[in-house]
Amino acid sequence: MSTITQVSLRRRLTSSTAVVLMGIAVAAALVPLISLLWTVISRGVRRFDLAFVTQSMRGIVGAGGGASHAIAGSLLITGAATLMCVPLGVLAAVYMTEYGRGLPVRVITFLVDVMTGIPSIVVGLFAYAVASLFFGPGIRSGLVASGALVLLMLPVVIRSSEEMLRMVPLDLREASYALGAPRWRTIASVVLPTALPGITSGALLGVARIVGETAPLLLVAGFTDSMNGNLLDGRMATLPVFIYSQWQNQGADASAYSNRAWTAALVLVLFVLALNIAAKAAIRLTQRHKGQS
Amino acid sequence: MTQTILPTIHRETTTPIPAPISSDGPKIAITNFSAYYGSFLAISNVNVTIEPKQVTAFIGPSGCGKTTLLRSINRLHEVTPGARTEGSVRLGATDLYDPRVDVAAVRARIGMVFQRPNPFPTMSIRDNVLAGPRLQGRRLSRSEADDLVESSLRAAGLWEDAKDRLRAAGAGLSGGQQQRLCIARAVANSPDVILMDEPCSSLDPISTATIEAMIVDLARNYTVIIVTHNMQQALRVSRRTAFFSTDGASRPGRLVEYGDTMQVFNAPREEATARYVGGHFG
Repeated sequence: MSTITQVSLRRRLTSSTAVVLMGIAVAAALVPLISLLWTVISRGVRRFDLAFVTQSMRGIVGAGGGASHAIAGSLLITGAATLMCVPLGVLAAVYMTEYGRGLPVRVITFLVDVMTGIPSIVVGLFAYAVASLFFGPGIRSGLVASGALVLLMLPVVIRSSEEMLRMVPLDLREASYALGAPRWRTIASVVLPTALPGITSGALLGVARIVGETAPLLLVAGFTDSMNGNLLDGRMATLPVFIYSQWQNQGADASAYSNRAWTAALVLVLFVLALNIAAKAAIRLTQRHKGQS
Repeated sequence: MTQTILPTIHRETTTPIPAPISSDGPKIAITNFSAYYGSFLAISNVNVTIEPKQVTAFIGPSGCGKTTLLRSINRLHEVTPGARTEGSVRLGATDLYDPRVDVAAVRARIGMVFQRPNPFPTMSIRDNVLAGPRLQGRRLSRSEADDLVESSLRAAGLWEDAKDRLRAAGAGLSGGQQQRLCIARAVANSPDVILMDEPCSSLDPISTATIEAMIVDLARNYTVIIVTHNMQQALRVSRRTAFFSTDGASRPGRLVEYGDTMQVFNAPREEATARYVGGHFG
């Protein structure tokens, strides 16, 4: 007579097979990731020195030099894109959650989803085409590159902000209305502050998404060996394009070029890692608010 | 022959309700009032006059429209998409549903405490109390703000518990304290009326007793309307009671009986009221 606590052999076999299969799947996903990190770190540390972050490539042939111009360019272009994109994206999300009704919101949602899938090279070409209309063909400018990145970042910011705004409990809006607050002040003083950590984390993930973009930057920001601090004029190097050009145009001392490329890759990975940690911290703040409300 | 069912509790067993300091102040006159959600009629053709500076309880089974009516008094009902109303609600001489009336001004004069405590999670205890004036765009001097925080927290019986941590998060308080903070927040607006939508339903019995004592106290200065599922609570805190009912889940709620709480509970005029307060349905 069998008891109810006894698990049949077949059940146990199925269960262990499933566990083994899942373990293999996890390993298959993790191995390339760890290998990638290991490769980037082990090769990147060779040139991970002070000169790399303080010197540009101006007049450098062979070994030496650095990517300070590319780091500065990445920070400037990404920073300008963030400054343009976040207010725009948050306001769009506020419209979609607080003001819009029905068809317009569905149309915007659809367009935002479509925008998520547009290849970045197409966005780069678009930014280039629009900029040439105003500044003539052959335009190279950091700000135009920022514009292209705004288009890539915008859907991420809109969708994450929208989600965070929808998470703000109706209770709080009603509490604010019941105190005699007009709608705009309810949004500005109650809804947005409550959603702020989540919006911040979405924006940081958006930055992480665009900081590694290469194609549009190659098209409209171009490449240069020198520092260019002016977003409005001239070619501007960025980390992804720096990696590409170091790898692509290796000189006589090939290892000097490839080492610089790996170190730039390491800097980029560290930057993205920092953004992700910051985003996680911001999300934790949101959850603490939720837990207490 | 109508069988009269006597309620099991009597006012004698509870603390007597103090007389109001003064009974002057605007009455609330609800006339031919109906409220809808889309095409669904939630409460139909209510006529009630609510006396100033005393507690009026709205009781009745779930779905009878008492909360909808309460939310119509500060025009919060219309925040729900598709919601609309008919008829009029007057506060003193003002028709609250007059198109020329600023809805934010209506809500500033008629405060509300919700079923679930809902202090603003991003604000400190102090900022929660000051939220009303600030959200209306009023600027307060430092000393005005300090005085308002103290007097409002005192009115809500939270001053002693909160005075040493005014800068701490309002959401860090216990449930009962959070609800008192919400009452302080409503009081800080110095409204004419405070609406309470089952303010104790998420609280334990001890917090409930504290809040009930405070409600009785608040009625010395404010007109209080409380929606409650708890008949003993209505009996303990209110001077007048309105009993609402409905003939079915999809049928509109209606006012069955309105009168002095003692009369409604001890000598109801309507059989439906007698059955409800006697605990025989609902």
